[in-house]
Amino acid sequence: MANVLVFAEVRGGELRKVALEAVTAARQLADLSGGGSVHAVLAGAPGIGAKAEALAQHGADSVLVLEHPGFAQYNPEALAATLAQRLGSGNYGFGVFSATAQGRDLSPRVAAKLGVGLAPDLTGFAVEGGQVVGQHFNMNGKTIATLALSGSPALLSVRPSALQPVVAARPLVTEAITSATDPSASRVKVVELKQGNTGKIDLNDAPVIVAGGRGLKAAENFKLCEDLADAFGNAAVGATRAVTDEGWRPHSDQIGQTGRNVSPNLYIAVGISGAIQHLAGMRTSKTIVAINKDKDAPIFKIADYGIVGDVFDVVPALTAAVKAARAQG
Amino acid sequence: MKIAVCIKRVPVMETKFAIAADGTRVDDAGLKYDVNDFDLWAIEAGLQLKEKNNNVGEVVAISLGPDAAQEQIRKALAMGADRGILLQAGSTPADGLAVARALAAELKDGGYDLILFGRIAIDSMNQMTGPMVAELLDLPCVTNVFRLDITGTTGRAERALEGASEVVEFPLPALLTIDDGLNKERLPSLKGIMAAKKKPLEVKPAQLGEARVAVQKMVLPPERAAGRILGDSAAAVPELVKLLQTEAKVL
Repeated sequence: MANVLVFAEVRGGELRKVALEAVTAARQLADLSGGGSVHAVLAGAPGIGAKAEALAQHGADSVLVLEHPGFAQYNPEALAATLAQRLGSGNYGFGVFSATAQGRDLSPRVAAKLGVGLAPDLTGFAVEGGQVVGQHFNMNGKTIATLALSGSPALLSVRPSALQPVVAARPLVTEAITSATDPSASRVKVVELKQGNTGKIDLNDAPVIVAGGRGLKAAENFKLCEDLADAFGNAAVGATRAVTDEGWRPHSDQIGQTGRNVSPNLYIAVGISGAIQHLAGMRTSKTIVAINKDKDAPIFKIADYGIVGDVFDVVPALTAAVKAARAQG
Repeated sequence: MKIAVCIKRVPVMETKFAIAADGTRVDDAGLKYDVNDFDLWAIEAGLQLKEKNNNVGEVVAISLGPDAAQEQIRKALAMGADRGILLQAGSTPADGLAVARALAAELKDGGYDLILFGRIAIDSMNQMTGPMVAELLDLPCVTNVFRLDITGTTGRAERALEGASEVVEFPLPALLTIDDGLNKERLPSLKGIMAAKKKPLEVKPAQLGEARVAVQKMVLPPERAAGRILGDSAAAVPELVKLLQTEAKVL
């Protein structure tokens, strides 16, 4: 039996979907190791405690609420100190983070403070003999390693969308906690959060991604992808490196070796030839659709369904058909 | 300004990988190596900062790896780094903390104003060594930096999040991890390549810490079976929508 501490990621005062995935992972770990309890850390500006309910719904036995104006923005130094203090108390067997920019910034700091092992960016895990073993992509996504962690507490981060949030409702129990260090004394200060694509769903949260490549020919033609994403209602728009290098889309939209790794349920590649660097970032998508006029494009080698055709002809037709299907469904 | 750039020798990813007989690593027969992409951008960032500082200061390229990683350090020197240090290790441990401890031991008394890493090494994909070194050395740390401005002993950076970014301020000395988009690395000139041969490259054994993470097994992901081509025009759309509804169940 091992208790699990899980960090619930917040951005701009809102709980992120990855927080529910992380709590789901923590619940599974606690259950797999013989039924420990799950404690979720929820940090933010005063009032953030109001977001605790969703964490209890997904399996947190208690929510440790850390409210302070110094946590209005991400505060890595005070958070690392606080999480290390909790995890080092002897009360926990595991610490769980999301493998996001925030989680991958924070978890190594905590591991180094405690001198413990960290298995990063896991796409799956099990508990064997009380220890975590987890699957982690290496070699730019071309190999999968099974990592074994020894020692306690063992830390891990879970790749966004690798597992879906599962409802496992617990009564809402909250406990106010304080920061291990003065949050306003941190040397690294986030002075501004720039939310990209306001109102649009984030690439890592989206069950459907419509990604565009050079085949779209010009920045304004990304409207085709946006319209298709809007037709799905739960889709985000991504891009290839060629496109972000051209300045047609912001850098944060780039999917691939040097960009984001995504694993949506459905990935629609529009005018993307499928360079190896791009495939590295999306090949774990569950279903892949490719639309490209070049029948020899490498994208067709990994796509489940392909249409060899002109994107300017096929994509509007698909948008209309998706709208019609959703209107019926 | 004294700047350390930590770089890693990684296989060229356009390779077809095979798993070694022991089942825990890739077979290195026939692999070609280069400097990790993100580390090239870290080197470039270091060189640009030194140039902005009227070339006063030093850029030191440090790598932990096998003897052959001298080749990657020479590349950094050819780009313009002043000297190199190789922390020799037969193989790189899977545990980022073991690596971080060896690097921190080397960096500790170096008097660096800035320590730069690439955001991630594309072989291990651990993305942890930089922030761990920062923690071990008690330095301010900013990860995923794609915009950077240093004035005196104050830094301002923008770091990439998922679909958003954060503007961050920090004091020097500090440790940063560099993301794609900050710059484009320069190619070593012929003159640079010649000069690199004469620049100092110190080789010493790595002081590796205990490893808590081990690779138990490594496999190639299952090949995605090539799917079906449904047609060559918008006429194939109804069939696609039907399959998305009935077979893939994503619509």
